[in-house]
Amino acid sequence: MAQIGYSKKVMEHFMNPRNVGVIENPDGYGKVGNLVCGDLMEIFITVKEDKVDDIKFRTFGCGSAIAVSSMVTEMAKGKTLDEAMLITRKDVADELEGLPPQKMHCSNLGADALHAAIKNYWVKIGKIKPEEVKEESHEGEEGESCGT
Amino acid sequence: MCGIYLDYQSAPPVDPRVAEFAERYLSSDFGNPSALHSRGLAAKAALEEARARVAELINAESPESIVFTAGVTEANNLAIRGTALRNAARGRKLLASQIEHISVLNPLKDLKKGGFDLALVPVDGMGTIDLAALESQLSKETVLTSVMYANSEIGTIEPIKEVSDLVHEKGQFLHVDASAAAGKIPIDVQKDCIDLLTLSSNDLYGPQGAGALYVKPGVRIQPVLFGGGQEKGLRPGTENLYALAGFGEAARLAKLEKAEESERLQAIRDALIKEILKIEESYLTGHPTQRLPHHASFRFSRIEGESILLTMDAMFNIQVSTGSACSSRTLEPSHVLLAIGLRHEQAHGSMVMTLGRQNNPDQIPTIANATKKTVERLRALSPL
Repeated sequence: MAQIGYSKKVMEHFMNPRNVGVIENPDGYGKVGNLVCGDLMEIFITVKEDKVDDIKFRTFGCGSAIAVSSMVTEMAKGKTLDEAMLITRKDVADELEGLPPQKMHCSNLGADALHAAIKNYWVKIGKIKPEEVKEESHEGEEGESCGT
Repeated sequence: MCGIYLDYQSAPPVDPRVAEFAERYLSSDFGNPSALHSRGLAAKAALEEARARVAELINAESPESIVFTAGVTEANNLAIRGTALRNAARGRKLLASQIEHISVLNPLKDLKKGGFDLALVPVDGMGTIDLAALESQLSKETVLTSVMYANSEIGTIEPIKEVSDLVHEKGQFLHVDASAAAGKIPIDVQKDCIDLLTLSSNDLYGPQGAGALYVKPGVRIQPVLFGGGQEKGLRPGTENLYALAGFGEAARLAKLEKAEESERLQAIRDALIKEILKIEESYLTGHPTQRLPHHASFRFSRIEGESILLTMDAMFNIQVSTGSACSSRTLEPSHVLLAIGLRHEQAHGSMVMTLGRQNNPDQIPTIANATKKTVERLRALSPL
């Protein structure tokens, strides 16, 4: 039978999101999505011994966008930055016991936001150059098509 | 199921009196209205009784002007395609408001592919059709103009009499989708001089799977489905006797009770709007006064409608609706909300509450409080 609505896990994270909030003076900050598409998320991280020490998010978006953000923060916490960079959109969706097909793209931006935050940190410490960050950014402009 | 249901516009329950009335046609008083034996004749009589009740609800000239269909989508398709194709020799221009239901807009767009000329008339910020723009678009070539009686997403009631006067002065036929309005406000097809009008059974607390198209005597249309000769050949197929008998009974009850019920719901609705607008950065969508009596629609800045719907449901057991793109199949924002001038991000934050029989004034504080808590919760999560 086709999945109807969101999985229990998605609803559980949506109703009780983990790691909500802001970190003042974070080591890394990532923001992806756009208002036009209705999904915008930001992730703050602090880094200790090359690991994600603390992580917080804030998200404007639908149920899956909020659940995805919550889940990705939980998955990343305590991981080394290299390990956290390997978390994919699919990993997050799998951990949430699946997302409806139409939600796989637009609202599944948690991994992108995490990667953006890590790259932001890497730029700060000089590990990568700022121009290497651009391609991951999904911050769109008004009129850009959504859902891809 | 308990909780507070506020999504009557998308699916009201069948009135228990209607269900009791119609149930006999499922298993005891069944029969094919086309059959000539006694059971067929009894079925035919029940069908014609229902047709008369539906005709009375909208003050149609006679029951003959009612064509039963399997619902609103079918009735709208029949009105649009049936009128345009049958009367193409009289003109190939089509007009509609920007905020029509997709079952009006999509057949129009399909006709456009087939060589008709289609223009959509804008609405103002409250969802009222721009009559000057309508007038400027109308010509003798305009074979069909389609303007809804009221909009289901923002509740706005359109100035149908003025639309009708313009269409009949400058154009040709007028189709009115009254599926959201019927049973809520009085509709008189003769007074408003309407040529074609769509009705829904379920919106009157009748069974789903039944609808009707009123066709004014003298207006010629052609079928979109082909088969037997039922419904004067305009909608072939053995009649859904149970649903149509229920539709008739629902129309009878609506005619009797709608004024009182609408007054009751409007009082609850007005109090609810007043309470909800106390929430910071909350706005009413649609017209403040020219709106369906049971209809309250809002938008909240900085949050998204699907999250509102899910939180209201999961946390407070209150069922609402939203025009947010994220809750639609296509992920496209509501064309209605864009047409009233909302930006995409504003349209995302919409919430629609439509009241019905099971709502009462005691629920107002609960609903208002749940809405406030929901908005606060989501704003606390929002980066905006």
